Amino acid sequence: MTNINIISEAQLAEVVASATQPLNIEGRGTKRGFGRPSLPLPTVSLAALSGVTAYEPAELVLDAKPGTTVADIARLLAAQNQELAFEPPDLGPLLGAAPDAGSIGGAIACNLAGPRRLKAGGARDHLLGFSAVSGRGEIFKAGGRVVKNVTGYDLCKLMAGSFGTLAIMTALSLKVLPAPEKTRTLLLLGLDHAAAWEAMTKALSSGHEVSAAAYVPAGLAAALQEERLGDGLTVTALRLEGTALSVADRMAALRALLGGRTEELHTANSRAFWRRIGDVAPFVGDARAVWRISAPPSGGVTLAQAVESIPGAEIYFDWGGGLAWAAVPDTGDAAAAVIRAAVAAAGGGHATLVRATDATRAAVPPFQPAPPPLAALEARIKNVFDPRGLFNPGRMWA
Amino acid sequence: MTLCMPAPDAAVIARRAAIAQVLRGLVPPANVITHEDALKAYDSDGLTAYRQPPMIVVLPETTAQVSAVLAYCTREGIKVVPRGAGTGLSGGALPLADGITLGLGKFNRILEIDFPNRCIRTQPGVTNLALTQGVAHAGFYYAPDPSSQIACTIGGNVAENSGGVHCLKYGVTSNNILGLEAVMIDGTVIRIGGKHVDAGGYDLLGIMTGSEGLLAVITEVTVRILPKPTTAKALLLGFPSNETAGACVSAVIAGGIIPAGMEMMDRPAIHAVENFVHAGYPLDVEAILIVELDGPASEVEELIARVEAIARTAGACYCRVSTTEAERLAFWSGRKNAFPAAGRISPDYYCMDGTIPRGALSKVLARMREMETRFGLAVANVFHAGDGNLHPLILYDANKPGELDRAEAFGAEILKLCVEVGGVLTGEHGVGVEKRDLMPVMFNDVDLAQQQHVKCAFDPQGLLNPGKVFPTLHRCAELGRMHVHGGKTAFADLPRF
Ligand SMILES: Cc1cc2nc3c(=O)[nH]c(=O)nc-3n(C[C@H](O)[C@H](O)[C@H](O)COP(=O)(O)OP(=O)(O)OC[C@H]3O[C@@H](n4cnc5c(N)ncnc54)[C@H](O)[C@@H]3O)c2cc1C
Repeated sequence: MTNINIISEAQLAEVVASATQPLNIEGRGTKRGFGRPSLPLPTVSLAALSGVTAYEPAELVLDAKPGTTVADIARLLAAQNQELAFEPPDLGPLLGAAPDAGSIGGAIACNLAGPRRLKAGGARDHLLGFSAVSGRGEIFKAGGRVVKNVTGYDLCKLMAGSFGTLAIMTALSLKVLPAPEKTRTLLLLGLDHAAAWEAMTKALSSGHEVSAAAYVPAGLAAALQEERLGDGLTVTALRLEGTALSVADRMAALRALLGGRTEELHTANSRAFWRRIGDVAPFVGDARAVWRISAPPSGGVTLAQAVESIPGAEIYFDWGGGLAWAAVPDTGDAAAAVIRAAVAAAGGGHATLVRATDATRAAVPPFQPAPPPLAALEARIKNVFDPRGLFNPGRMWA
Repeated sequence: MTLCMPAPDAAVIARRAAIAQVLRGLVPPANVITHEDALKAYDSDGLTAYRQPPMIVVLPETTAQVSAVLAYCTREGIKVVPRGAGTGLSGGALPLADGITLGLGKFNRILEIDFPNRCIRTQPGVTNLALTQGVAHAGFYYAPDPSSQIACTIGGNVAENSGGVHCLKYGVTSNNILGLEAVMIDGTVIRIGGKHVDAGGYDLLGIMTGSEGLLAVITEVTVRILPKPTTAKALLLGFPSNETAGACVSAVIAGGIIPAGMEMMDRPAIHAVENFVHAGYPLDVEAILIVELDGPASEVEELIARVEAIARTAGACYCRVSTTEAERLAFWSGRKNAFPAAGRISPDYYCMDGTIPRGALSKVLARMREMETRFGLAVANVFHAGDGNLHPLILYDANKPGELDRAEAFGAEILKLCVEVGGVLTGEHGVGVEKRDLMPVMFNDVDLAQQQHVKCAFDPQGLLNPGKVFPTLHRCAELGRMHVHGGKTAFADLPRF
């Protein structure tokens, strides 16, 4: 199928306005396998519409075109001791693509966020403004370049998580933040599910400003490639960030609060650990289907038990138990029924099939089906951005 | 100044008694208000320059009643204006002569406090402060803290995406809510999100937040709560000029520090406040900054020292660090009473709310001084300096002919300046009717049409809070056929209703 390489906003508007058939929309194509399988249609690629157009460290704002890689942006920010605080994960390797290849447009459009989500917010919270081309072939903008802004509807929120189905972003303004000076992680080893939840809840309810909290069962701990985990124990990990003195003090306080058998990861080791958690390293390179589940943190134990009762399935948790990654055999419905029932039993939320074969993703709705009134509203929203149904047909819903 | 609102529908007004009768069958009869005197209490919100008694006030008590009222209004083509506590500063809850004001005041219960999931499920009429009070015993709080927090409702906060002095570090309303229940104008009840993070599907939670009562009526909110920081300390800094104070703000941020709050006041504001609450502010400076650091004790100590050093380098001529909680609160008492203090030095004041890039602070202040001369009115400035959100208070006397008009023209000029330097028209108070006609300064016709398309997806008949936010009303069908060339619609000269 043809590939249409976009090099300017005006060209994109022209392409859309004159389109005679629907289009697949992609940034750098690293998440092609996420969502329903794409249809054989011409693909509009934003890869060449790239580059950082402005970066003002003192204003905490960076403007980029959608095809810029997240990795390039991260390098630029790191030189000023800043970062994208939502820790955009790199799901490329999980989905069979190269590492560090994903675009910023794609990261925002998929609304993905890493371990710091529970403290710093998600991708949705860091998009300050954008320009885009709607399905009418019109160029429009929304938001701005400042954090405090309530001028008009917050269309940035709709862009984040719309998987290219509403409008094609051509320029983004992002909120950036100072990177923490120090990072350390406390590892509690050998806690069972219930004890792990108690520890994470205690830590997150304390004043110690825990910026990430994960639980990895024994079977998966080895995949985190951290020698201190070693001997087949579960790992409950809690991250502290801030100034050196503060991190040291809080680490001592946290250890006193939680006790038990502990280890610590410092600086680079801590960073590598959380990257693997966020990038779903435990499930890279195997053939199973992978689910991403958002549910109330307290429902995590129920969820874990449900998934672990499926033969060949494994699960681990981030966001203090509020986010689960589960790998299940890619057969039948890839355990969709079991998992979605478990999410309901855990107090509601959503389960998204992030990785599976084309056949499975065509048969099982990858995105959690919404109740009828919400689904109807979402369809109307789709229609007011893209009335001709041009963008990514079938990507989110059949 | 007279405000252009959509022409009232005489046919609807003529049926007022019959409509009230029907409504008395849908909600407890005592909750339908039609008496002229009683309606007066609802004739404006915090933007008191504009007043209009509503046709009828309805105070439903349950989601089912809200649904029944809205379904009836849709069938009969009656306009509806949602209302929380009426503290809004942009006229978002300004009633319509032919519309029902739907008050959420009876939705005043916290429904559930869930500590393991660190959230509160609440009805929308609960005040912002009551949420924090409801969980304070366990060491938690709800972070966004608008200065109006004793009065404003969480429903109103969601509708306006309100901020507060601590949102520099902790975010505004949209960063702190997890779920909503809302009723669409046709009576359909929707539930968005819950106790989990990221609602899933299109971010309806995000688009509802800050929608100023134009998309749906909020009947339940789930908010995130945070553990209270173990320590909080504040610095009170004085500067010989606005430029040096502005430079200090930028230097703190550039130094990698995000304080919990960083507030600035200029000389007129300092004097007004000091005479009123005696907060202990220095009077021989041109500007003060209050910088608050919170979190673990050792970090607070370390950062206080760093901010102090940065301030000295930037040229601070006064520096005091709070040594007790009482002293810290005294620093804030001045800032939190800035609006009433302005009310004491001037018969009336008009509060603006633009946001600018931090770096443009001193330039914008200098331009404002020029404007003071031109408009013949004085300004006292308070701002959320850390995030560039200005609150110039334009001092005027409504009893002097022409002063209100001049104040409004001055305000409009300030907001245009905000946009000119790369900022926006409103940081937290909303567009409402106040900045409605300025929207084209920031957005072209296509931008605005795309937003109105979103309105159509929720409210195709345009019955929910019409006349707010958008400078022109388009019927949804006509919007669909609109042709746009180079950012201008074919209806560019369409009359503003
Ligand atoms: C002295 C003072 C200080 C203030 N300080 C701040 C501040 O620091 N930060 C800040 O952000 N704001 C501030 N404000 C503005 C105001 O308090 C906020 O905008 C607040 O959120 C409004 O809440 P409310 O309940 O009074 O809403 P209202 O004024 O009643 O309504 C505001 C808007 O929300 C809509 N609405 C209300 N409830 C609902 C609902 N349940 N469903 C759908 N729509 C609804 C209305 O239609 C209207 O458009 C201040 C106001 C005053 C008077």
